[in-house]
Amino acid sequence: MKKQPKTSLGKRGALGISTGANAVINVIMVLISLSCLLPILLIYVSSFTAESAIRAHGFSLFPKEWSLSAYQMLFEESLAQIVVSYRNTAVLTVVGTVLSLFIMTMYAYAISRQVFAARKALTFFAYFTMLFSGGLVPSYIVNTTIFGLRDNMLVLLLPSLVGAYNIIVLRTFFSSADNTPIIEAAKVDGASEFRIYGQIILPISKPALATIGLFTAIAYFSKWFEVMLYIDSKSKWTIQYMLQRVMQDIQYLRANPDLLMSEEGAEMLANLPNESAKMALTVLTMTPVLAFYPYFQKYFVKGLTLGAVKG
Amino acid sequence: MSSNTLHRASRRRGLSLRTTENLSLWLMALPAIVLFLCFAYLPMTGVVLAFKSFRPKHGIFLSPWVGLKNFEFMFRNATFWMTVRNTLLYNVAFMVIGIVGPLVFAIALNEVRPKGAARMYQTLTIMPHFVSYVVVSVIVFAILSADSGILGNLYKQRGQQPIAFYSEPKYWPWILSGVYLWKNIGYSSIIFLGTITGISDEFYEAAVIDGATKWQQIRHITLPFLKPMVVVLTIMRVGQMFSSNFDLFYQVPMNSGQLYSVTNTINVFVYNTLRNSNNVSLSSAVGFVQSVAGFLLVMGTNQVIRMIDSDLAMF
Repeated sequence: MKKQPKTSLGKRGALGISTGANAVINVIMVLISLSCLLPILLIYVSSFTAESAIRAHGFSLFPKEWSLSAYQMLFEESLAQIVVSYRNTAVLTVVGTVLSLFIMTMYAYAISRQVFAARKALTFFAYFTMLFSGGLVPSYIVNTTIFGLRDNMLVLLLPSLVGAYNIIVLRTFFSSADNTPIIEAAKVDGASEFRIYGQIILPISKPALATIGLFTAIAYFSKWFEVMLYIDSKSKWTIQYMLQRVMQDIQYLRANPDLLMSEEGAEMLANLPNESAKMALTVLTMTPVLAFYPYFQKYFVKGLTLGAVKG
Repeated sequence: MSSNTLHRASRRRGLSLRTTENLSLWLMALPAIVLFLCFAYLPMTGVVLAFKSFRPKHGIFLSPWVGLKNFEFMFRNATFWMTVRNTLLYNVAFMVIGIVGPLVFAIALNEVRPKGAARMYQTLTIMPHFVSYVVVSVIVFAILSADSGILGNLYKQRGQQPIAFYSEPKYWPWILSGVYLWKNIGYSSIIFLGTITGISDEFYEAAVIDGATKWQQIRHITLPFLKPMVVVLTIMRVGQMFSSNFDLFYQVPMNSGQLYSVTNTINVFVYNTLRNSNNVSLSSAVGFVQSVAGFLLVMGTNQVIRMIDSDLAMF
């Protein structure tokens, strides 16, 4: 007997897909999810694999022999550099994210206020930087010759403090209709603009701050290009750049096999971590972000969707 | 007190209140203004370098003009044309991969039950987005490397010679496209999913009463709702046609010279010319073309978007 359409309507009824189709899609989804997860898992497993097993059988998700020696070796040989690089990355990430959020929210708040005379001009002022940029060469020359930021950690911090896109998103969030009556009421009570910004707008904008803060933090945490471009001393490396240098040296030696005979090449090779230690270093580099993002997922899923609707 | 003076007094107080308000707001905007000036606007003036012969001791503005000489070098440079070709081809490929992949994924993810599983699929598939490209290059190396990579060992176990991927250009368009899809499929599907979940159930209920199959519902309801976003995303990507993700093209092939014919894009070329050949003239000319072409394309595409749907235009 056929079911009545009325009772079969609704999420689980005729609106959804058939059980068979659902099973097929589930299988495909599991496969896609595994293809996203397994390559990352491979790095974790390899970092706990004995070097001899990697030499004999290569990297594997099911290693013949587990071992902690990669971490021991990595810490014995390059603990000092890891601590320095990690400290640099941590300081850069924390200082950069906090400063960036302050500077961008203040600017976004100013251009969200109807009473601000320069509102339109300053919106365009930020916006234009998204349309046109000098590019790599002028930036490099300005930063090194005019500001003298060669081998200075400030070059990693300052230029990334403001981003026009984030400012526009924050402005859209601040000027939402729900906020207007609250601001008006505070104005009547004689609150200053600083007070409204600090005690009203920031506290009610936590989801936006969480989203933008997360992406800013990840951007600072992942910095390596600017280090490669501007930084010379090892004491100013970030953890990402430390890993990048290892990969770069491996490639360099591979491309110039004659070097292995030379003193320079032999020294380079001696300083390179072995395969499992390289994986341990990679684990140290990627774990902080992977540990954090699931907690922020509900915020940025909403934030991205909002941004898409608002344009 | 006459009403006239009262009125004047309140207006004066209103005016001064306006002034303090505006002063505070200027103060709040100031740090970002300074940063924009130093690190965005000042470098913009540096694009004149493309028409100069840069002398470090004279700086950007006092270096001598050379007219279009830098561009003559650029147009005669075969590598430049190769990087333009690579940049355009990868952008066309990524336009298809980067929109169709996440779109199909979002539609499937929206249908799948139970919802708890769907959430888990989402968390896992956005994970690659949170892995930096430095780490991605290690992952790709662990899979491809001839010595100890997973693929290399598969060949060895079968008694075959492993493929030396890092010196074989022909595989790299596929590898880089695969890495791009891997990194973006889950993350980019988020905005499509937002639109799909926003479609009212009434449309589907009406379709079911009319006897529409699931495929027909997707074709005639879901896809039409997604169309404006797909159009806008496509056009926006046209605006980015001359730029490329430096991390992907430099880091993942590990800047291997043997692979340049298929991995070298404009951004990588500008970097290598500046830092490895120390050729400011050539790299600034290429950078100038990229900046100006990018600007014109963004302006043009925004105009097109505005004609289609003014709400979706950026300005």
